[in-house]
Amino acid sequence: MSTDQFDLSIAIGGAAGQGIATPGGMLAQIITRRGLHLNAYNAYQSIVRGGHIFLTIRISDQKIETHGDQLDVLVCLNQDTMDRHLDLIGPGGHVIFNSDKIKAGKPKPSVQLCPLPVAELSNKSRNKVIQNTIALGVITYLLGLDFKVLETALTERFKSKGKSVIDENVNTARTGYKYAEENFDAYAQPVPQGPKPLALWTGNDALAMGGAAAGVKFYAAYPMSPSTGVLHWMARHARDLDILVRQAEDEIAVANMVIGAAHVGCRAMCATSGGGFALMTEAIGAAAMMEIPVVYINVQRAGPSTGVPTKTEQGDLWQALGASQGDFERIIVAPQDALDAFNTIPELFNYCDKYQCPGIVISDLLISEGTFSADPDDINLQPHIDHGEIITSAKGKEEYLRYKDTESGISPRALPGLEGHVHIVATDEHDQDGVLISDEFTNPIKRRKMVEKRARKLKNAVKEVAPPKLEGSANAEVTLIGWGSTYGVIKEAVTQLAAKGVTVNHLPIKWIVPFHVEAVTEILSNAKRTIIVENNYSGQFYRYLRSETGLSVDGHIRKYDGEPFAPHHIVDAVQDQLAGKTDHSVPTQEIMV
Amino acid sequence: MDGIDTRALVSAPTTANEFKGRVDPDWCAGCGDFGVLNSLRKACLDLDLKPHEILTVSGIGCSSNFPGFFNSYGMHTLHGRALAVATGAKMANQNLTVIATGGDGDGYGIGGNHFTHTARRNVDLTYIVMDNEIYGLTTGQVSPTSNHDMKTKSTPFGSVEFPFNPVTSAIMNGATFVARGFSSDTKHLSMLMKKAIEHRGFSLISVFSPCITFNHDNSVQFFKPRIRRLEDENHDTNDWKAACEKAMLWGDTIYTGLFLQANDRPALGQQEPVLQKGGALAHRSLGLCDEQSQKVINGMM
Repeated sequence: MSTDQFDLSIAIGGAAGQGIATPGGMLAQIITRRGLHLNAYNAYQSIVRGGHIFLTIRISDQKIETHGDQLDVLVCLNQDTMDRHLDLIGPGGHVIFNSDKIKAGKPKPSVQLCPLPVAELSNKSRNKVIQNTIALGVITYLLGLDFKVLETALTERFKSKGKSVIDENVNTARTGYKYAEENFDAYAQPVPQGPKPLALWTGNDALAMGGAAAGVKFYAAYPMSPSTGVLHWMARHARDLDILVRQAEDEIAVANMVIGAAHVGCRAMCATSGGGFALMTEAIGAAAMMEIPVVYINVQRAGPSTGVPTKTEQGDLWQALGASQGDFERIIVAPQDALDAFNTIPELFNYCDKYQCPGIVISDLLISEGTFSADPDDINLQPHIDHGEIITSAKGKEEYLRYKDTESGISPRALPGLEGHVHIVATDEHDQDGVLISDEFTNPIKRRKMVEKRARKLKNAVKEVAPPKLEGSANAEVTLIGWGSTYGVIKEAVTQLAAKGVTVNHLPIKWIVPFHVEAVTEILSNAKRTIIVENNYSGQFYRYLRSETGLSVDGHIRKYDGEPFAPHHIVDAVQDQLAGKTDHSVPTQEIMV
Repeated sequence: MDGIDTRALVSAPTTANEFKGRVDPDWCAGCGDFGVLNSLRKACLDLDLKPHEILTVSGIGCSSNFPGFFNSYGMHTLHGRALAVATGAKMANQNLTVIATGGDGDGYGIGGNHFTHTARRNVDLTYIVMDNEIYGLTTGQVSPTSNHDMKTKSTPFGSVEFPFNPVTSAIMNGATFVARGFSSDTKHLSMLMKKAIEHRGFSLISVFSPCITFNHDNSVQFFKPRIRRLEDENHDTNDWKAACEKAMLWGDTIYTGLFLQANDRPALGQQEPVLQKGGALAHRSLGLCDEQSQKVINGMM
């Protein structure tokens, strides 16, 4: 824990099925209701029972962008957790475990072991998750919180299960709290109180909410980790928010259903992960050819193929750039965190509607499955909506041309059902009236005209999206370049490096297409030493940057072991590179899950 | 032309020409698909539908060029994906009469998964498949409905696979209206189309629509002496077992007509609470109201 900022991390480790989610979720709620910031990352595996799960919950009285570098409290629900992670707890830390079943390891100096005789404390209860409830009581005490806080949370959590279940849980938790009071030392600095309660969401919640706020009325999906949370949110809220949610037979159906819904006038969206996105790609080209606005979300996981379903990676950039055959226009955006993801969806819909093209959102497991606090006042569920040029009333004698060759390239849409505007849209090349030209005869003049019309639409779109901005001092020694979800970890690394006397600034890239070539070129041309940080092996963004700007960089920091960067990985790599040890750092993951 | 019913011309303000598309079909002279096109024009005329009330959705293939030759809103989508697109469109605007069209390769081959699940979901749309038992646009390869032993460019020594039966498959998958037509019997086909469009739920009309160029085994001459209409016999359209037995016949007798109609299962749209009030989804105002927004935020606290 640093001195100026309250900053504490609690980790809970165990096997899938041991009930980590419940105490984790309750703790998160207690913390955010107290007005504190939270950033949680759950390292897990693709298994429903067994395996190893490691949930890290970082708490602070200030905004935090990552789940941090250090652990203060370790809750071991099984021996495996004790064996794997005890070494991660440094001086002043606490290790909580069921001493009936778990043998303590040798902790580092000044680490307080908190063994709990669970059988004795629970009157030999056979309830397998009772150790979790006792541990919650212990944590509540260690954090310097009044037991009432936990009592309220438990009462609310179990209210649907009746008084006896509530009483059992509250009494068990109180036993843990009292036992801790008698046997362990709480933190000297109790958990502070924030100015107002904060909200709690995951990145997938934020993506789904962004869709709801944008006016999505049709959402389709096929379950795929780590994107499934978007489907769950949509399904839960569908009836309250008038959203039609369909789970389809495959991602191909999903991608085409949203096209059908969008063509008749709904805002329609879908989310998947890389494998599902691969199946969707033909439809993305169809949306572009028929000029139908649809938003496709790819929540990246480690690939290729089935890859590592529960691990994160930024490996699908070129998949998005090359999604579908042919040479066509699309918008691609990689949000930086949950709030940014939320705000990006309505903005992207406005562009897709205006330019009548598909939009691709690149998220990843880190953002999508992370749990974060959010200031409810920052969440604007009624953003500006621009549905684009849509003809709503029947008109005169002039023939309606769906793909009218206008100066802007944008042809006003008439939605099916409107009298006097009957037309065909086609995935074959077509003329202004929608009639196929591919079957007629090869017509180079018409073909060229239509290619240019579609391309022209997005020619000026770059002016609409915000240019990337350099964060930090313009004269910094090092410029760190990142894209998408590395925003937070680079930001925190910059702060840590500043504390070590290294001045570093940060160029985060969010809009991939359209890309601000001029702005990026200018910033990087003035940078002293440029290093790109990416969660992949081959430097996908580096290659994209080169292709768009012709610029190279001085160094690389890449991680592709399935786990996200922690701030110190970047700090250490920057220092190594400044010392001339390397220009290509691959940090080692310390927490082994 | 045997497609136009003159009585309908007197009673309806529209003519079959109103459903004539911007361009003439590019099908080979003698293609069965002409009969299907004329039958649908007549069915829509008889039902007093207007072009702007209809959305035709097709995939890719000779028969999937259909929307271009039929005057209504139309979508000429990807190979095999017509039903998925049509489902999305129908959910988004239930006021539209949605008709999906395509061929056997498109619907029963590459689109087989969607065929199964659209039937199961009982989406309120009509699916007209022009089954010529061959891949025509790619110049004559074996299709899912090609006969065993059939010689095509991709099976020069005869196909060793057995054909897919669209009628029994649709019944097994839960389709609530399953019919078979013959492109040369337009009066009968048009009658089936009218019933299918009026049916609330997923309706399939699998039409024998012979390919004059690439399939000389299953020609008009092959079908004509063999075809018997279920409507001319005492077929009970509630009896799925009898329907399947009759659909399996492939010899001297091949049945066309309405095999099965089940009215006891609600269409997908009828079961979706979101669609029960407020009109077409596509026409509702975008965004959330204050009350909805507050509810979402409260759920996060």
